[in-house]
Amino acid sequence: MVLILKIGSVFSPASPMAEATLRLLYLLLILGTAVLAVIAVIVVVSAIRFRDRGREVPEEHKRGTTEVFWILGAAVLLLVILVPTVRTMRVVDPPADGRSPDLVVIGHQFWWEIRYPASGAVAANEIHIPVGRPWLVRVESADVIHNFWVPQLARKIDATPGYPVTMWLEASSPDVFLGACGEFCGVEHAWMRIRVVAQTPVAFQAWLREQSRPPAPPVTPDAIAGERLYQRLACVNCHASSVAVGPDLTHMAGRATLAGGVIQNTPANLTRWLGNPDAVKRGSLMPDFHLDERSLRQLVAYLETLK
Amino acid sequence: MNHASMAVAAGVAEPRERETRGLYAWIASLDHKQLGIIYLITGIIFLIVGGMEALVIRMQLATPRNTFVSPDTFNQMFTMHGTTMIFLVVIPLVIGLGIYLVPLQIGARDMAYPRLNALGAWLVVLAGPLLYYSFIAGGAPNAGWFSYAPLSERPYSMGTGIDYWILGLFVLGISTIGAAINFIVTIIKLRAPGMTMTRLPLFTWMTFVNSFIILAALPVLNASLAMLLIDRQLGGHFFTPQSGGSAILWQHFFWSFGHPEVYIMVLPAFGVISEVIPVFSRKAIFGYEFIAGSTVAIAFLSFSVWAHHMFVVGLGRAADIFFAIASMLIAIPTGVKILNWSVTLWGGAIRFTTPMLFAMAFLVQFTFGGITGVSFAAIPLDWQVEDSYYLVAHLHYVAVGGIVFAVFAAFYYWFPKMTGRMLSETLGKWNFWLWFVGFNLTFFVQHILGLLGMPRRVWTYPDLPHWGSYNMISTVGAYLLAAGTLVFVYNLIVSFRRGAPAGDNPWHAWTLEWATPSPPPEENFTLVPPIRGRRPLWDLAHPPAERASAGARGQRREASAIGGAELGMLAFIGSEAVFFVILIIAYGYYHEAAHTGTVAARVLDPARAGVNTLFLLASSGTMWLAGKSLARGNTTGLLRWIAATIVLGAVFLFGQAREWTALIGRNVTISRDLFGTTFFTLTGFHGLHVFLGLLLLLMLFGLGLRGQFKAPRSAGLEVVGIYWHFVDAVWIVVYSVIYLWSVLVR
Repeated sequence: MVLILKIGSVFSPASPMAEATLRLLYLLLILGTAVLAVIAVIVVVSAIRFRDRGREVPEEHKRGTTEVFWILGAAVLLLVILVPTVRTMRVVDPPADGRSPDLVVIGHQFWWEIRYPASGAVAANEIHIPVGRPWLVRVESADVIHNFWVPQLARKIDATPGYPVTMWLEASSPDVFLGACGEFCGVEHAWMRIRVVAQTPVAFQAWLREQSRPPAPPVTPDAIAGERLYQRLACVNCHASSVAVGPDLTHMAGRATLAGGVIQNTPANLTRWLGNPDAVKRGSLMPDFHLDERSLRQLVAYLETLK
Repeated sequence: MNHASMAVAAGVAEPRERETRGLYAWIASLDHKQLGIIYLITGIIFLIVGGMEALVIRMQLATPRNTFVSPDTFNQMFTMHGTTMIFLVVIPLVIGLGIYLVPLQIGARDMAYPRLNALGAWLVVLAGPLLYYSFIAGGAPNAGWFSYAPLSERPYSMGTGIDYWILGLFVLGISTIGAAINFIVTIIKLRAPGMTMTRLPLFTWMTFVNSFIILAALPVLNASLAMLLIDRQLGGHFFTPQSGGSAILWQHFFWSFGHPEVYIMVLPAFGVISEVIPVFSRKAIFGYEFIAGSTVAIAFLSFSVWAHHMFVVGLGRAADIFFAIASMLIAIPTGVKILNWSVTLWGGAIRFTTPMLFAMAFLVQFTFGGITGVSFAAIPLDWQVEDSYYLVAHLHYVAVGGIVFAVFAAFYYWFPKMTGRMLSETLGKWNFWLWFVGFNLTFFVQHILGLLGMPRRVWTYPDLPHWGSYNMISTVGAYLLAAGTLVFVYNLIVSFRRGAPAGDNPWHAWTLEWATPSPPPEENFTLVPPIRGRRPLWDLAHPPAERASAGARGQRREASAIGGAELGMLAFIGSEAVFFVILIIAYGYYHEAAHTGTVAARVLDPARAGVNTLFLLASSGTMWLAGKSLARGNTTGLLRWIAATIVLGAVFLFGQAREWTALIGRNVTISRDLFGTTFFTLTGFHGLHVFLGLLLLLMLFGLGLRGQFKAPRSAGLEVVGIYWHFVDAVWIVVYSVIYLWSVLVR
């Protein structure tokens, strides 16, 4: 079987930290294979060469030289692992030195709240960063323990309620990088997917400006009706960024996926989601408002204007 | 079961009750062999149950975005799969093997405490249905087998599933601690003459060392479970961050149990391998001393590595590196064993029986799992693959590829001894190959899935490249495992009925269990062979040129010493001490973290509590005086002093009750804040221990009234005395930590 491992994985690093980690993995792979080979060779060769031919082997009294050599050898081997380990830790997790975070990631059941402290922009599940700059990310949780993991870019770290932590995030090239929640957090732990969109600095600034601007007011009749419906249903009770029970929707139309990555962000999917959230993401906290077809159409039309 | 009518069973201090035949004999049995088999059968049944849960998991994960089961069902499945396999399969199987084998291997008639043994076995049989009742009581536990807080707390887990998890594990913990106490006293006290500690068969040695790990680790679990239950049912705040508790503290506590737990599971497996490989290489084990000594090293080190389960929490560079180094260190004694087992093969005369096949597969697979374990100690790697399928692969390589393969080896090796019949070699080979291929097919690809970014405990996954195909391969492997398990069970049943007669020693092995018929008679041995080395039967068959004096031949067993009651109680209070240490740590942690000290300073009355303390300390004095009275033959004095102890103890409890009532009246409750939570938990459990002590003392008083005490000593009085003094000593520590410390804070 051909192992093509270059997609979205530890084997396709796109940041200095992930690259350093991969090199450490290769070291472990080589050393581990060597040790395994020693044992496997002894076992296999014994199985072939020392088959039972009806004799009993008398007991010998050995000194412990073999074991002592092994223990010393193992200790050396472990040192050989320890030194690069500490060095790689310094690359992956350099001290923050009191720097304030460039990004705040807050885990919820079952979505990620993303905040840009400098600009005040708020997003959900999809993170945009400029390439080539290491960003300090503060990771927190609003409820249970989650875990932020984007293997191509960075280490994973727990989002522990009551215990904010920081990590570094950087992308070396513009691309989309996938990640996941890495700590079981409840019924839809599987669908707390993360998208990191690394952009050139220019593109990123443009995106950030867009995020900081309020969206254009709706023009089509459906969208206008949808906006009124949005207010009547009081969606902001959950979806306001100050409340953060649900993701902030101010610019939701620009995101690639919905509901933590379970569906692509298309009008049809959005309609399906609003029509019956539990059918799309079982256990989601989004209520079903039992909207009729026309209301759905209007609401979706409005939401699609929120770019 | 009763072969030996010609039993010259000498030196039995009490007449053994003769149970009737049939099912009742099994239910009422105190015989370690029958109790061991009860453990083993329970383990096999739950292996099938846990295996079915695994199949549901693998069916759901076979394809991306599958909808075979709902996410809620899936989460119950993986929680119960892990919980079942660890607590209802592996632990009962390895403990059961020990209970069956240890008395035989040391030339004893039974375990030191047959009734405690029976209690332990039936607690396991009870705990399984207790845990599984949750399925029909609103839902099985669904927060993973280690129930991280606050997901396992309210309001995130509102049903009763987690509570059943807590209670089931609590019962199992008590059973396991009882077994450990039994092993320690049995091995220290009941060895046949000539069986020195350095001549112990390695399976028994591993069980012995393992029992100390159990005594130190299981109480940590029990304390943690108690705290979680208090949170969930009494409104405590131990692990609820939203009210000042610490989610991370749960992790520290749980893994302080959880990591030694994996060694508790694997050490008996190491023991099995240490027995099987030499016998089927026709060669003594290479480096007995290093294997035995490295086991002790592992036992100590196992308590120093727990936070390697927490590298992704962000504990800080220093803590991370400490635990990384400790975790690397523990690889060394483990590696020594692997080396010695492998080198035992070298130059031997290998017989490829089914147990040997399982043992050789163990060597390679466990080494593989151990190496991936070391890769987690390279912290940046852990920062990638922790909680991914790479971790699932690692844990199954050591737990299944290692431990379960060793358990299969044990079954094929000792089934003849237990039943008098050989398991079918043909079916055994089918069993082995289905398991060998199935296991590696299921779990090897999972390393890759983890490196591809697949997290664990996901009920489904997106259709990313290769995720579907590798998951499908893994699922196919799981079905091979299922088939192999069916073959195994069929082999057990068919061979039990029609297997070839085994005889005493079908494998020409050398340890004492093979020196008696298969199955052994109730008293195990009519005559224990002389023991002059680590391989008594080898020595018998290859006598040295010189003969020792005539008394060496055909030694009779000595009377099994009934003494050792005190030893057992000491072991028990050792475990209870660990239990209290954890509660004290929780109190101490929140003293700083939640400023409970300031509340303590405000609401507590150390002086009054100090007076109460004096009553308790006085009761230790009266207990001591009771012993003195008995020594002088003064039974009236004995009764008087026991009564005084009871009264003083009751006064103490009454004082506690008054203090509690006063505090609760001032709205200082277990649910109000962390002071209440930690204070009432710690004093409450101590009070419970005092209460239990009073019950024991009342029993002694009753026995005394009926004239049961004979001067100059009574083991019962000694044992209760040790317990009572322990409870008082704990109070001295608790008083200092709670009351005296509060004075310092003022």
